[in-house]
Amino acid sequence: MSIQKVQNNKAWFMVMPVLILVAISAIIPLMTVVNYSVQDTFGNNEFFWVGTEWFQEILTSERFHNALLRTLLFSGLILAIEIPLGILIALAMPKRGWGVSVCLVLMALPLLIPWNVVGTIWQLFGRVDIGLLGHGLASLGIDYNYTQNNLDAWLTLILMDVWHWTSLVVLLCYSGLVSIPEVYYQAARIDGASRWAVFRFIQLPKIKRVLLIAVLLRFMDSFMIYTEPFVITGGGPGNITTFLSIDLVQMAVGQFDLGPAAAMSLIYFLIILLVCWIFYTVMTSYDNDEQSNGGGPQ
Amino acid sequence: MASIQLQSLAHRYPSAPDYALNSMQQSWSDGGAYALLGPSGCGKTTLLNIISGLLRPSEGRVLFDDIDVTDLTTQQRNIAQVFQFPVVYDTMTVADNLAFPLRNRGIAKNEIEKRVADALQMLDLQERANDRAHSLTADDKQKISLGRGLVRTDVQAILFDEPLTVIDPHLKWQLRTELKKIHQRFQHTMIYVTHDQTEALTFADQVIVMYEGAVVQIGTPQQLFETPEHTFVGKFIGSPGMNVLPCEIDGSEAVFAGKRFSLNTAIDNPAARFELGIRPENIKLSPSEGMPLTVTALEDVGRHVIVRGEIAGAQLSALVKDGVAIPENPRVSFDSAHINLYADDYRVASGRGDQAI
Repeated sequence: MSIQKVQNNKAWFMVMPVLILVAISAIIPLMTVVNYSVQDTFGNNEFFWVGTEWFQEILTSERFHNALLRTLLFSGLILAIEIPLGILIALAMPKRGWGVSVCLVLMALPLLIPWNVVGTIWQLFGRVDIGLLGHGLASLGIDYNYTQNNLDAWLTLILMDVWHWTSLVVLLCYSGLVSIPEVYYQAARIDGASRWAVFRFIQLPKIKRVLLIAVLLRFMDSFMIYTEPFVITGGGPGNITTFLSIDLVQMAVGQFDLGPAAAMSLIYFLIILLVCWIFYTVMTSYDNDEQSNGGGPQ
Repeated sequence: MASIQLQSLAHRYPSAPDYALNSMQQSWSDGGAYALLGPSGCGKTTLLNIISGLLRPSEGRVLFDDIDVTDLTTQQRNIAQVFQFPVVYDTMTVADNLAFPLRNRGIAKNEIEKRVADALQMLDLQERANDRAHSLTADDKQKISLGRGLVRTDVQAILFDEPLTVIDPHLKWQLRTELKKIHQRFQHTMIYVTHDQTEALTFADQVIVMYEGAVVQIGTPQQLFETPEHTFVGKFIGSPGMNVLPCEIDGSEAVFAGKRFSLNTAIDNPAARFELGIRPENIKLSPSEGMPLTVTALEDVGRHVIVRGEIAGAQLSALVKDGVAIPENPRVSFDSAHINLYADDYRVASGRGDQAI
């Protein structure tokens, strides 16, 4: 005996508004980019099918390789500095008392400043003639100039990003840390655990999930960084801080090479997806282990 | 293993107006099995955390074997403690969880393996030894918490903070029996916090009853039942609890509902608030003898029937064996040998057993 389920397609009308919004905000623009990436145009709204030519051109271009390497290096350095530093600061923050709100407000401040303002702040801060940092270093006899020296340019950008975004990692980790019940720390004291063991076996496993979010957000953000280097260095000196995003804008808006730029956008997009997927898979692999071991009911 | 002494110990949490623990003087002997019994919020856990060193008392000293340990940390005191809710190290295996407190103390590898194997067997967790602790049920997680408290054999004392709260009833009996066996085998000083009287009475040689931050009685289960030193003990122990009936005093006699009960000693503080304590087990119902009882409810609890009613404005419960007929308009008489007299909640006299009322 089987009971026929009543089918009612009216429900589709309910999701219509969302579908329309997503279509306008994401799907149609993305398809436009796909459209550009496989065609060439000489204006007058005339298009010629070129197949994968633009993709081949981008993937084999040294300019793209260099920009990609620079961006990967930048993101790698950002994660290597901001994640451990963020955890350390979160561990050092007070868990109760008046200090909590003071710390939280201080931590939130950099996050509230718009990107281009952050860029301008550091651009001025680092100037050798009038900037507090630049002039200070110069008067100490240190030869610092982010507009001429490659290393100085990188240092300035990294320092700026650490200043701007470490707070995000701190706040996420802190939220994870304060949610650990006191009894875990008590048990650790009973068990004679060292400070390191408490971190390794209690705190780190408990903040793992928020840490994953922090890593993903910081990776995506730093991999797509545009405004601040555009304001501070403009991609220079030379091409040394020309990250993928800056390169892309130069190609699309500066040179008006819409086809290659569209192909590059799609490759760029796929790389971000791929790296996020790798991070996600690696960081959650331990949870999946458990499920495949047939863990007990919760 | 050590004896535990508490000297003028009291504790008040910062920012709290009242004392969580009132000043107490206690001496608990080496190798004893003690149960700390009391309702939620009476200070049991606070006292336990002070003994283990997780909490520093605001007043008084804690001594282990006559050595002052008040200023020592938990690690230095060498105490094992099991908490109410399971605490496991998620990323470690079951066996590593059990080995953790031993490894932290630098115990030799083969000794660790031996003790972990013992603990796994005792807790019936051998098959899960190499599973990650995270994947276990709440029962098994609590077993691990218990196991971590029991693997260390050289501890001064083992403290249990309502360790079987989350455990299934049938497993509770089994684990409680295991704990008793462990106590008999290793003669650890064990302190077991619970609000469950059955658990306290079956586990411990001596039960410490706490009420509103104070120890109101220490005694064997039988003493707690027969001569509760405080009306709270009488009400808390036994099911239903002791009847507490307001009464008057006349020389060495207590007067309740017109009846006079002789006491074993004369009372000399007539200003106090006096109450008679009588267990439901020691009340006899009959159709003709004694004081009239207005029955308000009957509860069948299996082997007994609880008769609830009113007598001279006071609530009274009596126990009648199942199958014994309950008279239509029952009258009640008290077994005067089992009467206790309380002045301002503390016991000051007992009934004399030579009279029938």
